[in-house]
Amino acid sequence: MDFTFWDILRNLLLATRWTILLSIVAFIGGGIVGMAILLARVSDRRWLRRFAELYIGLFQGTPLLMQLFLVFFGLPLIGFRIEPWSAAALALTLCASAYLAEIWRGGVEALPKGQWDAAKSLGLHYPNQMRLIILPQAFAITRAPVVGYLVQLVKSTALTSIIGFDELMRTSNAIANATFEPLTVYGLVGLIYFVICRPLTLYARHLQLVGGVGQAR
Amino acid sequence: MAYNLDFDWLSQAAEPIARGAVATVGLIAVTAVLGTLCSILGAAAVRGRSPLLRRAVGSYVELIRNTPFLLQLFFIFFGLPSLGLRLDPAIAATLAMTINLSAYGTEIVAAGLDAVPNGQKEAGRALGLRSSLVFIKIVLPQALKVIFPALQSQIIIMMLESAAVSQISVRELTYEADMLQARSFRAFETYFIITMVYLVLSFCLRRLLGFTGRKYLIGAAP
Repeated sequence: MDFTFWDILRNLLLATRWTILLSIVAFIGGGIVGMAILLARVSDRRWLRRFAELYIGLFQGTPLLMQLFLVFFGLPLIGFRIEPWSAAALALTLCASAYLAEIWRGGVEALPKGQWDAAKSLGLHYPNQMRLIILPQAFAITRAPVVGYLVQLVKSTALTSIIGFDELMRTSNAIANATFEPLTVYGLVGLIYFVICRPLTLYARHLQLVGGVGQAR
Repeated sequence: MAYNLDFDWLSQAAEPIARGAVATVGLIAVTAVLGTLCSILGAAAVRGRSPLLRRAVGSYVELIRNTPFLLQLFFIFFGLPSLGLRLDPAIAATLAMTINLSAYGTEIVAAGLDAVPNGQKEAGRALGLRSSLVFIKIVLPQALKVIFPALQSQIIIMMLESAAVSQISVRELTYEADMLQARSFRAFETYFIITMVYLVLSFCLRRLLGFTGRKYLIGAAP
Protein backbone atom coordinates (compact mmCIF):
# COMPACT_ATOMS: atom_id res chain seq x y z
CA MET A 1 0.00 0.00 0.00
CA ASP A 2 1.30 3.43 -0.92
CA PHE A 3 1.08 6.40 1.36
CA THR A 4 1.34 9.89 0.00
CA PHE A 5 2.61 12.69 2.21
CA TRP A 6 -0.96 13.89 2.65
CA ASP A 7 -2.17 10.45 3.75
CA ILE A 8 0.49 10.45 6.44
CA LEU A 9 -0.31 13.97 7.60
CA ARG A 10 -4.07 13.36 7.60
CA ASN A 11 -3.75 10.22 9.71
CA LEU A 12 -1.41 11.91 12.14
CA LEU A 13 -3.73 14.87 12.54
CA LEU A 14 -6.68 12.54 13.15
CA ALA A 15 -4.70 10.80 15.89
CA THR A 16 -3.79 14.17 17.39
CA ARG A 17 -7.42 14.49 18.50
CA TRP A 18 -6.83 11.72 21.02
CA THR A 19 -3.65 13.29 22.31
CA ILE A 20 -5.48 16.57 22.88
CA LEU A 21 -8.57 14.91 24.35
CA LEU A 22 -6.49 12.83 26.76
CA SER A 23 -4.52 15.91 27.82
CA ILE A 24 -7.73 17.83 28.52
CA VAL A 25 -9.35 14.96 30.43
CA ALA A 26 -6.23 14.38 32.53
CA PHE A 27 -5.82 18.10 33.18
CA ILE A 28 -9.41 18.57 34.35
CA GLY A 29 -9.44 15.29 36.29
CA GLY A 30 -6.05 16.10 37.76
CA GLY A 31 -7.31 19.53 38.76
CA ILE A 32 -10.29 18.06 40.63
CA VAL A 33 -8.37 15.29 42.41
CA GLY A 34 -5.45 17.68 42.91
CA MET A 35 -7.80 20.05 44.76
CA ALA A 36 -8.61 17.31 47.24
CA ILE A 37 -4.94 16.43 47.66
CA LEU A 38 -4.10 20.11 48.13
CA LEU A 39 -6.73 20.48 50.88
CA ALA A 40 -5.28 17.42 52.61
CA ARG A 41 -1.73 18.72 52.13
CA VAL A 42 -2.40 22.06 53.85
CA SER A 43 -4.93 20.75 56.38
CA ASP A 44 -4.60 21.08 60.15
CA ARG A 45 -4.70 17.33 60.68
CA ARG A 46 -1.30 15.72 60.74
CA TRP A 47 -2.30 12.36 59.27
CA LEU A 48 -4.03 14.04 56.32
CA ARG A 49 -0.90 16.09 55.65
CA ARG A 50 1.27 12.98 55.88
CA PHE A 51 -1.01 11.09 53.51
CA ALA A 52 -0.92 13.87 50.91
CA GLU A 53 2.84 14.16 51.25
CA LEU A 54 3.20 10.42 50.66
CA TYR A 55 0.82 10.53 47.69
CA ILE A 56 2.74 13.38 46.05
CA GLY A 57 6.11 11.79 46.80
CA LEU A 58 4.97 8.50 45.32
CA PHE A 59 3.88 10.01 42.02
CA GLN A 60 6.85 12.35 41.73
CA GLY A 61 9.38 9.66 42.66
CA THR A 62 8.35 6.93 40.23
CA PRO A 63 8.27 6.81 36.42
CA LEU A 64 4.96 7.65 34.78
CA LEU A 65 5.43 4.55 32.63
CA MET A 66 5.31 2.39 35.78
CA GLN A 67 2.20 4.20 36.98
CA LEU A 68 0.57 3.48 33.63
CA PHE A 69 1.47 -0.21 33.86
CA LEU A 70 0.22 -0.46 37.45
CA VAL A 71 -3.14 1.05 36.55
CA PHE A 72 -3.38 -0.94 33.32
CA PHE A 73 -2.67 -4.28 35.02
CA GLY A 74 -4.13 -3.33 38.39
CA LEU A 75 -7.64 -2.33 37.31
CA PRO A 76 -8.62 -5.82 36.12
CA LEU A 77 -7.55 -7.22 39.51
CA ILE A 78 -10.23 -5.18 41.25
CA GLY A 79 -12.82 -6.19 38.69
CA PHE A 80 -12.69 -3.49 36.01
CA ARG A 81 -12.38 -4.33 32.38
CA ILE A 82 -8.95 -3.70 30.92
CA GLU A 83 -8.88 -0.94 28.35
CA PRO A 84 -6.07 1.40 27.25
CA TRP A 85 -8.17 4.57 27.15
CA SER A 86 -9.50 4.38 30.71
CA ALA A 87 -6.17 3.20 32.11
CA ALA A 88 -4.38 6.07 30.37
CA ALA A 89 -6.91 8.66 31.53
CA LEU A 90 -6.90 7.38 35.12
CA ALA A 91 -3.10 7.12 35.44
CA LEU A 92 -2.51 10.57 33.94
CA THR A 93 -5.26 12.05 36.13
CA LEU A 94 -3.67 10.67 39.29
CA CYS A 95 -0.21 11.75 38.23
CA ALA A 96 -1.40 15.25 37.28
CA SER A 97 -3.25 15.58 40.59
CA ALA A 98 0.00 15.04 42.51
CA TYR A 99 1.91 17.62 40.49
CA LEU A 100 -0.90 20.20 40.55
CA ALA A 101 -1.41 19.77 44.30
CA GLU A 102 2.29 20.37 44.84
CA ILE A 103 2.27 23.49 42.66
CA TRP A 104 -0.78 24.91 44.45
CA ARG A 105 0.70 24.09 47.84
CA GLY A 106 3.61 26.32 46.85
CA GLY A 107 1.04 29.04 46.15
CA VAL A 108 -0.75 28.59 49.48
CA GLU A 109 2.50 28.66 51.41
CA ALA A 110 3.74 31.70 49.53
CA LEU A 111 0.84 33.79 50.85
CA PRO A 112 1.70 36.05 53.77
CA LYS A 113 0.42 34.79 57.10
CA GLY A 114 -1.52 38.03 57.46
CA GLN A 115 -4.00 36.74 54.87
CA TRP A 116 -5.00 33.90 57.20
CA ASP A 117 -5.20 36.25 60.18
CA ALA A 118 -7.27 38.73 58.19
CA ALA A 119 -9.64 35.98 57.06
CA LYS A 120 -10.04 34.79 60.65
CA SER A 121 -10.60 38.28 61.95
CA LEU A 122 -13.46 38.66 59.49
CA GLY A 123 -15.08 35.80 61.38
CA LEU A 124 -14.83 33.35 58.49
CA HIS A 125 -14.69 29.65 59.23
CA TYR A 126 -11.98 27.43 57.76
CA PRO A 127 -13.90 26.40 54.60
CA ASN A 128 -14.74 29.99 53.82
CA GLN A 129 -11.23 31.21 54.64
CA MET A 130 -10.01 28.73 52.05
CA ARG A 131 -12.70 29.36 49.47
CA LEU A 132 -12.84 33.15 49.63
CA ILE A 133 -9.37 34.27 50.67
CA ILE A 134 -6.61 31.70 50.38
CA LEU A 135 -7.34 29.55 47.32
CA PRO A 136 -8.18 32.34 44.85
CA GLN A 137 -4.88 34.01 45.61
CA ALA A 138 -2.94 30.75 45.58
CA PHE A 139 -4.42 29.86 42.17
CA ALA A 140 -3.69 33.32 40.81
CA ILE A 141 0.00 33.31 41.68
CA THR A 142 0.57 29.77 40.38
CA ARG A 143 -0.95 30.18 36.93
CA ALA A 144 2.45 30.16 35.19
CA PRO A 145 3.68 26.83 36.65
CA VAL A 146 0.25 25.28 36.07
CA VAL A 147 0.38 26.12 32.37
CA GLY A 148 3.99 24.92 32.37
CA TYR A 149 2.81 21.63 33.81
CA LEU A 150 0.15 21.37 31.10
CA VAL A 151 2.97 21.30 28.54
CA GLN A 152 4.60 18.48 30.47
CA LEU A 153 1.25 16.66 30.57
CA VAL A 154 0.72 16.92 26.79
CA LYS A 155 4.19 15.47 26.24
CA SER A 156 3.67 12.66 28.72
CA THR A 157 0.55 11.45 26.87
CA ALA A 158 3.06 9.99 24.39
CA LEU A 159 3.86 7.30 26.97
CA THR A 160 0.29 5.98 26.82
CA SER A 161 1.18 4.60 23.38
CA ILE A 162 3.12 1.91 25.25
CA ILE A 163 0.00 0.52 26.94
CA GLY A 164 -1.73 0.55 23.57
CA PHE A 165 -3.71 3.77 23.52
CA ASP A 166 -4.02 4.95 19.91
CA GLU A 167 -2.90 8.54 20.26
CA LEU A 168 -0.41 10.45 18.12
CA MET A 169 2.72 8.53 19.13
CA ARG A 170 1.26 5.06 18.61
CA THR A 171 -0.25 6.04 15.27
CA SER A 172 3.08 7.44 14.17
CA ASN A 173 4.84 4.18 15.05
CA ALA A 174 2.34 2.26 12.93
CA ILE A 175 2.71 4.67 10.01
CA ALA A 176 6.50 4.73 10.29
CA ASN A 177 6.53 0.94 10.10
CA ALA A 178 4.14 0.84 7.16
CA THR A 179 5.80 3.53 5.06
CA PHE A 180 9.46 2.88 5.87
CA GLU A 181 9.83 6.62 6.21
CA PRO A 182 10.50 7.04 9.92
CA LEU A 183 12.37 10.31 9.45
CA THR A 184 9.45 12.04 7.72
CA VAL A 185 6.85 10.59 10.06
CA TYR A 186 8.66 11.30 13.33
CA GLY A 187 9.67 14.70 12.00
CA LEU A 188 6.01 15.54 11.35
CA VAL A 189 4.97 14.20 14.73
CA GLY A 190 7.61 16.35 16.39
CA LEU A 191 6.22 19.33 14.52
CA ILE A 192 2.66 18.55 15.69
CA TYR A 193 3.71 18.27 19.34
CA PHE A 194 5.71 21.46 18.94
CA VAL A 195 2.73 23.33 17.50
CA ILE A 196 0.61 22.22 20.48
CA CYS A 197 3.20 22.83 23.20
CA ARG A 198 5.06 25.91 22.04
CA PRO A 199 2.13 28.37 22.40
CA LEU A 200 1.50 26.99 25.90
CA THR A 201 5.19 27.43 26.77
CA LEU A 202 5.07 31.02 25.52
CA TYR A 203 1.85 31.64 27.45
CA ALA A 204 3.44 30.27 30.63
CA ARG A 205 6.42 32.56 30.11
CA HIS A 206 4.07 35.50 29.53
CA LEU A 207 2.15 34.70 32.73
CA GLN A 208 5.40 34.50 34.64
CA LEU A 209 6.32 38.01 33.50
CA VAL A 210 2.97 39.75 33.99
CA GLY A 211 0.68 37.42 35.99
CA GLY A 212 2.52 37.67 39.28
CA VAL A 213 2.78 41.43 39.04
CA GLY A 214 -0.93 41.90 38.36
CA GLN A 215 -1.71 39.87 41.45
CA ALA A 216 0.56 41.82 43.76
CA ARG A 217 -1.54 45.02 43.64
CA MET B 1 -13.80 -11.35 42.46
CA ALA B 2 -10.98 -12.50 44.67
CA TYR B 3 -7.45 -12.18 43.48
CA ASN B 4 -4.46 -13.29 45.47
CA LEU B 5 -1.26 -11.40 44.97
CA ASP B 6 1.60 -13.73 44.35
CA PHE B 7 5.21 -12.82 44.99
CA ASP B 8 6.73 -16.31 44.74
CA TRP B 9 8.50 -15.43 41.51
CA LEU B 10 10.49 -12.83 43.39
CA SER B 11 13.10 -15.30 44.68
CA GLN B 12 14.39 -15.85 41.16
CA ALA B 13 13.98 -12.23 40.14
CA ALA B 14 16.58 -10.63 42.39
CA GLU B 15 19.36 -11.01 39.87
CA PRO B 16 17.60 -9.49 36.82
CA ILE B 17 16.23 -6.67 38.96
CA ALA B 18 19.71 -5.88 40.28
CA ARG B 19 21.13 -6.05 36.74
CA GLY B 20 18.43 -3.70 35.48
CA ALA B 21 18.93 -1.28 38.35
CA VAL B 22 22.67 -1.16 37.71
CA ALA B 23 22.03 -0.44 34.02
CA THR B 24 19.56 2.34 34.87
CA VAL B 25 22.02 3.88 37.32
CA GLY B 26 24.81 3.59 34.73
CA LEU B 27 22.68 5.31 32.08
CA ILE B 28 21.75 8.21 34.33
CA ALA B 29 25.31 8.56 35.65
CA VAL B 30 26.76 8.96 32.16
CA THR B 31 23.88 11.20 31.12
CA ALA B 32 24.21 13.40 34.21
CA VAL B 33 27.92 14.03 33.60
CA LEU B 34 27.61 14.61 29.84
CA GLY B 35 24.36 16.55 30.27
CA THR B 36 25.80 18.89 32.88
CA LEU B 37 28.85 19.62 30.71
CA CYS B 38 26.67 20.26 27.65
CA SER B 39 24.32 22.41 29.74
CA ILE B 40 27.22 24.62 30.81
CA LEU B 41 28.41 24.96 27.21
CA GLY B 42 24.83 25.58 26.08
CA ALA B 43 24.26 28.24 28.72
CA ALA B 44 27.55 29.93 27.81
CA ALA B 45 26.35 30.00 24.19
CA VAL B 46 22.83 31.25 25.02
CA ARG B 47 24.23 34.09 27.13
CA GLY B 48 27.27 34.56 24.90
CA ARG B 49 28.23 37.18 22.36
CA SER B 50 27.68 35.35 19.07
CA PRO B 51 24.12 35.98 17.81
CA LEU B 52 24.30 32.91 15.57
CA LEU B 53 25.17 30.59 18.48
CA ARG B 54 22.54 32.23 20.67
CA ARG B 55 19.90 31.62 18.02
CA ALA B 56 21.02 28.05 17.28
CA VAL B 57 21.21 26.86 20.89
CA GLY B 58 18.00 28.72 21.74
CA SER B 59 16.12 26.88 18.96
CA TYR B 60 17.53 23.55 20.12
CA VAL B 61 16.32 24.19 23.66
CA GLU B 62 12.83 25.16 22.49
CA LEU B 63 12.57 22.20 20.12
CA ILE B 64 13.51 19.65 22.78
CA ARG B 65 11.45 21.21 25.54
CA ASN B 66 8.30 21.18 23.42
CA THR B 67 8.40 17.57 22.17
CA PRO B 68 8.10 14.27 24.12
CA PHE B 69 11.23 12.38 25.13
CA LEU B 70 9.83 9.16 23.65
CA LEU B 71 9.60 10.84 20.24
CA GLN B 72 13.17 12.12 20.47
CA LEU B 73 14.30 8.62 21.34
CA PHE B 74 12.43 7.05 18.39
CA PHE B 75 13.65 9.74 16.04
CA ILE B 76 17.25 8.93 16.94
CA PHE B 77 16.88 5.17 17.03
CA PHE B 78 14.44 4.54 14.15
CA GLY B 79 14.79 7.75 12.15
CA LEU B 80 18.53 8.28 11.89
CA PRO B 81 19.30 4.88 10.27
CA SER B 82 17.57 6.10 7.10
CA LEU B 83 20.29 8.77 6.98
CA GLY B 84 22.86 5.99 7.32
CA LEU B 85 23.48 6.45 11.06
CA ARG B 86 22.67 3.21 12.85
CA LEU B 87 23.24 3.32 16.61
CA ASP B 88 23.44 0.65 19.25
CA PRO B 89 20.34 0.89 21.52
CA ALA B 90 22.39 1.82 24.59
CA ILE B 91 24.25 4.53 22.64
CA ALA B 92 21.01 5.85 21.15
CA ALA B 93 19.45 5.95 24.62
CA THR B 94 22.42 7.77 26.16
CA LEU B 95 22.42 10.21 23.26
CA ALA B 96 18.67 10.90 23.52
CA MET B 97 18.87 11.31 27.29
CA THR B 98 21.86 13.63 27.07
CA ILE B 99 20.21 15.75 24.38
CA ASN B 100 17.02 15.95 26.45
CA LEU B 101 18.72 16.72 29.77
CA SER B 102 21.01 19.31 28.18
CA ALA B 103 18.07 21.30 26.82
CA TYR B 104 16.52 21.67 30.27
CA GLY B 105 19.96 22.05 31.85
CA THR B 106 20.89 24.89 29.49
CA GLU B 107 17.86 26.88 30.65
CA ILE B 108 18.68 26.14 34.28
CA VAL B 109 22.38 27.05 34.07
CA ALA B 110 21.55 30.17 32.04
CA ALA B 111 19.19 31.28 34.81
CA GLY B 112 22.07 30.73 37.25
CA LEU B 113 24.38 32.91 35.13
CA ASP B 114 21.76 35.67 35.24
CA ALA B 115 21.70 35.44 39.02
CA VAL B 116 25.40 36.29 39.38
CA PRO B 117 25.77 40.06 39.86
CA ASN B 118 27.52 41.84 37.02
CA GLY B 119 30.02 43.33 39.47
CA GLN B 120 31.56 39.88 39.87
CA LYS B 121 32.40 39.80 36.17
CA GLU B 122 33.70 43.35 36.24
CA ALA B 123 35.83 42.61 39.29
CA GLY B 124 37.35 39.62 37.49
CA ARG B 125 38.08 41.75 34.44
CA ALA B 126 39.59 44.45 36.63
CA LEU B 127 42.02 41.84 37.97
CA GLY B 128 43.18 41.38 34.39
CA LEU B 129 41.71 37.88 33.90
CA ARG B 130 40.79 36.78 30.41
CA SER B 131 37.02 36.60 29.83
CA SER B 132 37.14 32.79 29.52
CA LEU B 133 38.87 32.60 32.91
CA VAL B 134 36.38 35.02 34.42
CA PHE B 135 33.61 32.71 33.25
CA ILE B 136 35.19 29.48 34.50
CA LYS B 137 36.70 30.72 37.74
CA ILE B 138 34.30 33.40 38.90
CA VAL B 139 30.87 33.41 37.27
CA LEU B 140 30.27 29.68 36.72
CA PRO B 141 30.99 28.41 40.27
CA GLN B 142 28.60 30.96 41.74
CA ALA B 143 25.96 30.16 39.11
CA LEU B 144 26.21 26.41 39.75
CA LYS B 145 25.83 26.99 43.47
CA VAL B 146 22.53 28.79 42.90
CA ILE B 147 21.03 26.34 40.41
CA PHE B 148 22.26 23.08 41.86
CA PRO B 149 18.90 22.08 43.42
CA ALA B 150 17.09 22.67 40.11
CA LEU B 151 19.69 20.68 38.18
CA GLN B 152 19.44 17.91 40.74
CA SER B 153 15.66 17.68 40.27
CA GLN B 154 16.08 17.64 36.51
CA ILE B 155 18.55 14.74 36.71
CA ILE B 156 16.08 12.77 38.84
CA ILE B 157 13.25 13.52 36.40
CA MET B 158 15.51 12.26 33.61
CA MET B 159 16.19 9.07 35.55
CA LEU B 160 12.44 8.45 35.84
CA GLU B 161 11.89 9.25 32.16
CA SER B 162 14.65 6.83 31.21
CA ALA B 163 12.10 4.04 31.79
CA ALA B 164 11.02 4.79 28.21
CA VAL B 165 14.32 3.56 26.73
CA SER B 166 13.12 0.00 27.42
CA GLN B 167 11.08 0.57 24.26
CA ILE B 168 14.19 0.39 22.09
CA SER B 169 15.23 -2.73 24.08
CA VAL B 170 17.95 -1.23 26.22
CA ARG B 171 18.34 -3.73 29.04
CA GLU B 172 17.59 -1.43 31.96
CA LEU B 173 15.18 -1.75 34.86
CA THR B 174 11.90 -1.43 32.93
CA TYR B 175 13.12 -3.82 30.24
CA GLU B 176 13.90 -6.42 32.92
CA ALA B 177 10.43 -5.82 34.37
CA ASP B 178 8.86 -6.51 30.97
CA MET B 179 10.84 -9.72 30.70
CA LEU B 180 9.98 -10.82 34.25
CA GLN B 181 6.26 -10.28 33.88
CA ALA B 182 6.26 -12.13 30.57
CA ARG B 183 7.73 -15.13 32.36
CA SER B 184 5.82 -15.00 35.66
CA PHE B 185 2.44 -13.84 34.27
CA ARG B 186 2.29 -11.62 37.35
CA ALA B 187 2.31 -8.25 35.65
CA PHE B 188 0.88 -6.17 38.48
CA GLU B 189 3.16 -7.61 41.14
CA THR B 190 6.22 -7.27 38.90
CA TYR B 191 5.58 -3.64 38.05
CA PHE B 192 4.74 -2.91 41.67
CA ILE B 193 8.12 -4.20 42.83
CA ILE B 194 9.94 -2.38 40.04
CA THR B 195 8.08 0.84 40.87
CA MET B 196 9.32 0.53 44.44
CA VAL B 197 12.86 -0.01 43.14
CA TYR B 198 12.56 3.22 41.15
CA LEU B 199 11.28 4.98 44.26
CA VAL B 200 14.32 3.83 46.23
CA LEU B 201 16.63 4.78 43.36
CA SER B 202 15.23 8.30 43.11
CA PHE B 203 15.45 8.69 46.88
CA CYS B 204 19.10 7.53 46.93
CA LEU B 205 19.99 9.64 43.89
CA ARG B 206 18.53 12.72 45.58
CA ARG B 207 20.58 12.00 48.70
CA LEU B 208 23.76 11.32 46.75
CA LEU B 209 23.43 14.43 44.57
CA GLY B 210 22.60 16.55 47.59
CA PHE B 211 25.65 15.25 49.40
CA THR B 212 27.99 15.77 46.43
CA GLY B 213 26.53 19.20 45.81
CA ARG B 214 27.07 20.32 49.39
CA LYS B 215 30.56 18.92 49.50
CA TYR B 216 31.97 20.09 46.18
CA LEU B 217 29.82 23.00 45.11
CA ILE B 218 28.70 24.86 48.18
CA GLY B 219 31.95 24.28 50.02
CA ALA B 220 34.16 25.07 47.05
CA ALA B 221 32.51 28.34 46.10
CA PRO B 222 34.38 31.47 47.19
